[in-house]
Amino acid sequence: MSAAFRGMDVVSIRDFSREQVEHVLKLAEKMVPIAKGEERSVLLEGHVLGSLFYEPSTRTRLSFDAAMTRLGGRVLGFDQPTGASVAKGETLADTIRMIDAYSDVIVLRHPQEGAARLAAHFANRPVINAGDGAGQHPTQTMLDLFTIRKEKKKIEGNNVVIVGDLKYGRTVHSLSEALAMFGANLTFVAPPSLQIPKEHLKQIESMGHKPKMSTSLAEVVKDADVLYVTRIQKERFPDPAEYQKVAGTYRIDLDLLKEVRKDLIIMHPLPRVGEIASEVDSTPHAKYFEQAFNGVPVRMAILGLVLGGLK
Amino acid sequence: MKEFKVTPIRNGTVIDHINVGMALKVLKIVGVKEDVSSTVSVLIHVPSKKAGWKDIVKIEDRELDPKELDRIALISPNATINIIRDYNVAEKFVVEVPNVIRGIMKCANPGCITNKDEPVEAEFVVESKKPITLRCVYCDRITTDIAENIQ
Repeated sequence: MSAAFRGMDVVSIRDFSREQVEHVLKLAEKMVPIAKGEERSVLLEGHVLGSLFYEPSTRTRLSFDAAMTRLGGRVLGFDQPTGASVAKGETLADTIRMIDAYSDVIVLRHPQEGAARLAAHFANRPVINAGDGAGQHPTQTMLDLFTIRKEKKKIEGNNVVIVGDLKYGRTVHSLSEALAMFGANLTFVAPPSLQIPKEHLKQIESMGHKPKMSTSLAEVVKDADVLYVTRIQKERFPDPAEYQKVAGTYRIDLDLLKEVRKDLIIMHPLPRVGEIASEVDSTPHAKYFEQAFNGVPVRMAILGLVLGGLK
Repeated sequence: MKEFKVTPIRNGTVIDHINVGMALKVLKIVGVKEDVSSTVSVLIHVPSKKAGWKDIVKIEDRELDPKELDRIALISPNATINIIRDYNVAEKFVVEVPNVIRGIMKCANPGCITNKDEPVEAEFVVESKKPITLRCVYCDRITTDIAENIQ
């Protein structure tokens, strides 16, 4: 397994087999005490992570920084392209060639879809995609899978309800494909204009699954084991009144949770903007902050594997 | 009915069985512009036994290169190429859709990195040949609207 990971680019969840993802999740479990600061590690001492964030990010960037630092490595790069040669019009290809010479692994967040694949094309070092436009965000998918497995002991057979902007939501597409690969039962809840795109549905169906589609969260939430909530973006709606209507329909509050399963877990990639009422935070269902923490051990496992420190 | 007639060519290429309506795209692909130096005949909406209707393009004193053939295959997968030498058909073949398309089409996704000023050619994996369905190697976008994006 280690030979397959060392030097590997992490661009899309589609590049991974189920066995490979399971291996990452297993190693991530072992990383938890280091991620929490309970144990010290020098696994990646002397290694440098080149961190290029062309778009703002809080959790992804900081959890990569934390993961690398906790394993004894160093981080260099930028968290906004202004001031860098990027702002002077340098191509991504040239910036990548430069950071490739300064670091051992590259983490890239970029507004254009396909940017990480392009970076992987020009870099000799492994490239980890930290989100490319509306495209892929494979480490988010892995930490989501990690969270479900941790809370539910397994992924297979769980009823996962995914609600929100399923059309443009970056995390939803790769997550739903991965969940199908692991044998979870999927239900997509969204207004018709924001339902999951046909090509993703086709991809899921090609794995032998038939997801359910619904517009009503209240109807399907009772049988859910996992409720995955995503943000509905205001800018997708030409009419603000229409946005208010849709956003209100899918708001998660204590009232909605009256008849749910006791062990339902609620996840959200964050940031949230009113999709989940803060009154839900103190219920045992709320797992979104644990989910955000889980980004650290998962990214530790990935960094360790692609740099050859973990096997 | 008056017979439709275009004179045979001595040397050059006849592209037959072009999907009806695609002849002008074919002209664009083979680079026929105002400054053309030899005769080019274009027949649009010609009766065809196979497909009902078809287009035909005849280019004198020109043989096509492989990239041009790939482009034609993408917009008209049933097109046949007849290479004419001294009034005889020297070679005849059906165009073939390649498995990988590189540098002859742009990605339909305006947000794709290959549509920015980067030193790469757009590249596609052919997911299906009937109907032609392409997946961008960079952004994963599926495209079936080939004619709109061919370069």
